[in-house]
Amino acid sequence: MTTKTAIEIVGLTKSYGDHAVLKGVDLSVPAGTIFALLGSNGAGKTTAVKILSTLLKADGGTAAVDGHDVATEPDQVRAAISLTGQFAAVDEILTGRENLVLVAQLRRLDGPGAIADSLLERFGLTEAGGKRVATYSGGMRRRLDIAMSLIGDPPVLFLDEPTTGLDPQSRIEVWKTVQELAGRGTTVLLTTQYLDEAEHLADRIAVLHEGRIIADGTLAELKQLLPPAKVEYVEKQPSLEDIFLAIVGHDDAAHQGAQR
Amino acid sequence: MTTYVFHDTDVLLKRSLRHILRSPDTIITTAITPIAMLLLFVYVFGGAIDVGGASYVNYLLPGILLITVASGIAYTAFRLFTDVSGGIFERFQSMPITRSAFLWGHVLTSVVANLTSLVLVVLVALAMGFRTGAGVLAWLAVLGIMLLFTLALTWLAVIPGLTAKTVDGVSGFSYPLIFLPFVSSAFVPTESMPGPVQWFAEHQPVTSIVNTIRSLFEQQPVGSDGWIALAWCVGLLLVAYALAMRTYRSKLA
Repeated sequence: MTTKTAIEIVGLTKSYGDHAVLKGVDLSVPAGTIFALLGSNGAGKTTAVKILSTLLKADGGTAAVDGHDVATEPDQVRAAISLTGQFAAVDEILTGRENLVLVAQLRRLDGPGAIADSLLERFGLTEAGGKRVATYSGGMRRRLDIAMSLIGDPPVLFLDEPTTGLDPQSRIEVWKTVQELAGRGTTVLLTTQYLDEAEHLADRIAVLHEGRIIADGTLAELKQLLPPAKVEYVEKQPSLEDIFLAIVGHDDAAHQGAQR
Repeated sequence: MTTYVFHDTDVLLKRSLRHILRSPDTIITTAITPIAMLLLFVYVFGGAIDVGGASYVNYLLPGILLITVASGIAYTAFRLFTDVSGGIFERFQSMPITRSAFLWGHVLTSVVANLTSLVLVVLVALAMGFRTGAGVLAWLAVLGIMLLFTLALTWLAVIPGLTAKTVDGVSGFSYPLIFLPFVSSAFVPTESMPGPVQWFAEHQPVTSIVNTIRSLFEQQPVGSDGWIALAWCVGLLLVAYALAMRTYRSKLA
């Protein structure tokens, strides 16, 4: 079990009526890695994630998560995963803390209050914890959303476009969170349409295009698909993002931005 | 898994009850329409309606109670729609919780919310001069019928709550239910209606339910109306439950 596979997909197909969304997807995600599923809008990323998280049934092929088949053992799969969907799955009328307590109770964990407090602390939401989520910013919602997904320490985490619609600072906050998770041994499958996000976060990247995986490997492996780099001298101009982060003075953000 | 059904339902019930406590306006709006009708019919139209010597508020209350539930379940559908159209439904469905707990949480919340509205309406009716000599058993029978009626309409409301595409579509379904009591014995005796309308009024569920509750309040024998009302409520409940569960299952993987 040294090279354990967290997610194994073979020949997965799914159509909506005449429209084939997945046309035979094969994918293998090693445990403890961050895996990015890269693709443009409508490539089938969300459909794949919904099948893996037992929300949709595939038409053909098999998918297993943490060793359990999604079609025949959905309960075991659900116990092993957490899904952070495209739209923040938080309860707006409850407070941040109540949202966390709710999920802890539904996962039947002991001491839901203590679990909630420690997550609020870890995600910098302690002060906002007593306020209704309706008053939260987009970034705060996303952080709460991810915090809710971590309750019960599921070994596999699905993040469907976790930074879509976020401002640059919130985006970097989410990136930091995801990197921390991988450090703890959680397998993360994230979908994104942002190339830099995949490049920045992922150990392995698969490109989903028109219902098929057309490339799959580490960033270094994918780079070899192109002809060898030609050396050119280009004056380094700061990107607008670098400038934005520098002038709004977000230390972490500027640091991360500079690293890239 | 069966022991978890109650635990999960309990957690989700408390969640939606908290929603209601934080927006008590939903209960007040639910009660306002029937209370307005009560005022309008008792103090404006009531004087011109001949119900055979009985006090009109006594005559009217049973029908108003049904209208209260019919307008209350619009919020049941709305709360369900909000969960389904936001991301939280998918979060719950991807978690290891009992499949039916999500629906039962909403259904029981609907029962609690509607009973609260009903109590409000009865209190207003009492202030307007509604009187009954009904004993504990008769009150329990009224409660039982209203509970069955609320459950039946709630399961009916689950269907648009799960399938509606827009907020308007969610609440639209309850309008016909609110107006059904107008073509029944709820406001005027059915004998005053022209032939075909009278036939419809006497054979639709509202009339038998209204007559049953009225007889219970007036300490009169319920007669066959009681069985017909019970049959309508239970029948409607079973059909609505089956359809709602089918809709729910088709929505799940």
